[in-house]
Amino acid sequence: MKTVYVDNNATTKVAPEVLEEMLPFFSEYYGNPSSMHFFGGQVQKKVNEAREKVADFLGAESSEIVFTSCGTESDNAAILGTLDSYPEKRHLITTRVEHPAVGNLSTYLGRKGYRVTELSVDREGRLDLDELRESITDETTLVTIMYANNETGVIFPVEEIGEILKARGIPFHTDAVQAAGKIPLHLKKSTVDMLSISGHKLHAPKGIGVLYIRKGTKFSPFLIGGHQEKGRRGGTENVPYIIGLGKACELAKKNLEEENTRVKALRDYLESKLLEKIPNTLVNGDRKNRLPNTVSVSFEYVEGESILLLLSDLGICASSGSACTSGSLEPSHVLRAMGVPFTAAHGSIRFSLSVYNTKEEMDYIIEHLPPIIQRLRDISPFWKDYLKAQGKK
Amino acid sequence: MWDYTEKVKDHFLNPRNVGEIENPDGVGEVGSLACGDALRLSFKLDEKKRIKDAKFKTFGCASAIASSSALTEIIKGMTLEEAGKVTNQDIANYLGGLPEEKMHCSVMGREALEAAIANYRGEKVVKEDFEIVCKCFGVTDNEIIKAIRENDLKTVEQVTYYTKAGGGCGQCHPKIEAIIEKVRKEMEKEKPPVKPEKRKLTNIQKIKLIEETLGREIIPALKADGGDLDLVDIEGNKVLVALRGKCSFCPSSEFTLKQYVESKLREFVSDDIEVEEVRP
Repeated sequence: MKTVYVDNNATTKVAPEVLEEMLPFFSEYYGNPSSMHFFGGQVQKKVNEAREKVADFLGAESSEIVFTSCGTESDNAAILGTLDSYPEKRHLITTRVEHPAVGNLSTYLGRKGYRVTELSVDREGRLDLDELRESITDETTLVTIMYANNETGVIFPVEEIGEILKARGIPFHTDAVQAAGKIPLHLKKSTVDMLSISGHKLHAPKGIGVLYIRKGTKFSPFLIGGHQEKGRRGGTENVPYIIGLGKACELAKKNLEEENTRVKALRDYLESKLLEKIPNTLVNGDRKNRLPNTVSVSFEYVEGESILLLLSDLGICASSGSACTSGSLEPSHVLRAMGVPFTAAHGSIRFSLSVYNTKEEMDYIIEHLPPIIQRLRDISPFWKDYLKAQGKK
Repeated sequence: MWDYTEKVKDHFLNPRNVGEIENPDGVGEVGSLACGDALRLSFKLDEKKRIKDAKFKTFGCASAIASSSALTEIIKGMTLEEAGKVTNQDIANYLGGLPEEKMHCSVMGREALEAAIANYRGEKVVKEDFEIVCKCFGVTDNEIIKAIRENDLKTVEQVTYYTKAGGGCGQCHPKIEAIIEKVRKEMEKEKPPVKPEKRKLTNIQKIKLIEETLGREIIPALKADGGDLDLVDIEGNKVLVALRGKCSFCPSSEFTLKQYVESKLREFVSDDIEVEEVRP
């Protein structure tokens, strides 16, 4: 059976070039970058080169790059490290649609006595910046708002948000795990103070992340230990993965144009064909401000897990915001925050593409998905009721 | 990915008896679009009042569709009295088990069956004397009580897996907890006191059994924590032991002796065993 992998917002294939670059650092160059001898020193040099590649990709300075173990660690470090630096202030502003790495941490902080404001989104998944302006107080320690949403791909107006916060002198962190590699980032020209990325979303392996910390930003380390990462993150450098991420960032910079042309065209093709071929289908999220690789579609009157398993049976790997896939009983917090009606929220499927996808693969999905939806609608008690109600009109 | 059995996969990929029976004798409908799953069950009886045909339509995940399919297969050929005794556990067993988080799918099957039978008998489907405990999923106290009793549930989490109650905002968790406590107390009282029949042992048998139990049940567990134990002597019901290894200086050794060694020996040998430590 062939595999059509269209779940790249969950994780991506490690690029062969990345793996190749990493391998010598397991076997040959295993020194500790902190060592005084030549054997460690040569590794230190390579780690620095990787740091520069990451900085170049983000449009930042290499001294502003801190390597972490994953996106979640970067988010936790940014938020807890900032709150720790301003012990007198106790108000955090975030949104209702964050990744759990930020969302569940905010809930935890709420339980610990922090005041947490969660900004709402509209039906298209967009923020109301007036709500942000009104939420800011003198107590506000930090604002953390994702760059782009993992489920819908909706991009938030990060620079505008940064302007508002700059005027009030409030630090700003953004989780750019989904945005990095899909839309251009220029942190030198940006209003963002801290930004998280994750290696495995851009063709590096799982187990490596980055926290960008703008020069001059107050920050207390989250992992307290040795002097590594200029004292901002203790722990011996994960050398092979850092090398891999450096290469992945170099490739991502190169591939950015393709993401926004060929990949975007594939996504648009898939989306328009599904809308055309399957009645009662809707797209979740603002189609004008969206990552080029992501589409979240809802098929009314059917349930997402059933769709996913039938797709999976054909080798097609996607994901769903439906309740049953996550083990929770409610549809995803993102779709609920957007007010997607229940008829549609339970039947949502996310396709997220990468540069490795082809037109043939899109055609394979377009060929097989309509009969799957039809089959499940034939089993669903609501579809016939719906058709009957339509007939009466 | 869920760990579904082959039987679940089969009934999901090839569901049996999909559809709606024309002029059915009974129809039961449970769940809703908002809840994320719903089942409409219809059946027809033959002249001997046995279920001749049963059909379903289901909106929901793979295990919901498989549970519905299994339900229709189970009840075909049954009298309504027999069908009324089908439990959610029967549905799950038919499928070779369901992931615990998905047990509510089997409960939905049982509820649809109840509703369909009530519909045939002309009983009102309106449940009396109930209180909605979980507002997110509209689950009543009666439904929760039934699930606890039929499936021997002990925690709020399990109640959520079986009934969905508490799976939304979570505000009803204290209420569910109170129901569990109350029902389990009732269940405890209803249980006839079962005294494990332990046969009268001769001295030789007792010594052998104590040695066996120590070797099989007790010493391996102690060794896993770096401890050990020697049997020194047996005087009537008194078992004299010496603790070795880490156990010999462990501050909780008294606890280990009484709560672990003694209770195990009482379980396997005799109710009046007492364990005492002999210090060298």
